[in-house]
Amino acid sequence: MSLTNDFIKQRLIEKFGDSIAGVEEPYGMLTFEAPKELNLKVMQFLYEDPELRFRFLTDLTAVHYPGQPGREIAVVYHLHNLVENIRIRFKVYADVLKPDIFTATQLYSAANWMERETYDFFGVNFVGHPNLKRILNVDEMDYFPLRKEYPLEDQTRIDKDDAMFGR
Amino acid sequence: MARPVRFNIHPILADPKRQIQLTNMPDGHTGEGFFATRLSDVVGLARKNSIWPLPFATSCCGIEFMATMGSHYDFARFGAERLGFSPRQCDLLMVMGTIAKKMGPVVKQVYLQMAEPRWVIAVGACAASGGIFDSYSVLQGIDQVVPVDVYVPGCPPRPEAILDGFMRIQDLVGHESLRRRHGEQYKALQESYGIS
Repeated sequence: MSLTNDFIKQRLIEKFGDSIAGVEEPYGMLTFEAPKELNLKVMQFLYEDPELRFRFLTDLTAVHYPGQPGREIAVVYHLHNLVENIRIRFKVYADVLKPDIFTATQLYSAANWMERETYDFFGVNFVGHPNLKRILNVDEMDYFPLRKEYPLEDQTRIDKDDAMFGR
Repeated sequence: MARPVRFNIHPILADPKRQIQLTNMPDGHTGEGFFATRLSDVVGLARKNSIWPLPFATSCCGIEFMATMGSHYDFARFGAERLGFSPRQCDLLMVMGTIAKKMGPVVKQVYLQMAEPRWVIAVGACAASGGIFDSYSVLQGIDQVVPVDVYVPGCPPRPEAILDGFMRIQDLVGHESLRRRHGEQYKALQESYGIS
């Protein structure tokens, strides 16, 4: 039987029950959320199940929502089933004070650098990552630039004229 | 935010007399079978017409440079036909494109490996001042890490603009005093970049 969003939803709820929440389908892509402790179990299930076969990790990134205390950092996984050409989005939320998420590197090798980038920009600590250090920014940087409290502009400039640059 | 424009407000009219430039021979004393001039003039003339550039092309300005090297704009006319990718063999470091803060030490290392006399041209807005990318990751101008001789503004600068910048480098090279690199001011400049 061909894989549809409803079938995937049904299999997930059969296996994980109440843990799967926030199910929606923006633009036709199934999106759901699970507690951060279950992220590996969910992804392993999606990988190994012979009918689901989500064997390709397209993207791993994070979003910072400063307005949701206790759930500020969302780590988003985009998984792809190459055989049936179905994509799903899987989110886990973590508190910004303790953003520890289990690493997906054992399951997907692509997660290695993507988790390093997420750590570099958002400060998400991937537990069990073989080499969690900054990848795109300067090694000496001491803050996580893409968190919402930091501005985009370089704060060390002294010669920029604020009036001309619309600030 | 209405401030009067201060720059580039006087239109430059086309002047046929100015457009064709003839290269004159340097001032000197000429006689039957000899021509005597200053050593720095002869050396400058030789150097300026055979600059070997190192194209440190990072982004879009690099593509404009590729167009400049092509036959239509022909960079080879100016003697810079042989581009070197080894800094040990080049005179002119052409930094073309956005330099990230992570790349800054690399540019500095390349500059350090060049032998004197060396010049640096910053092509494009990003190399000159960070350009449109006023951000935590972009170096706001390569003059934060290496001393720059000529800046070519533009985003990207047209090939004619790159050629104009190169011609100004040629002017600098042609008129450079032979003692400049041993002088106090040059040493102070290098010190300010950390014995650049």
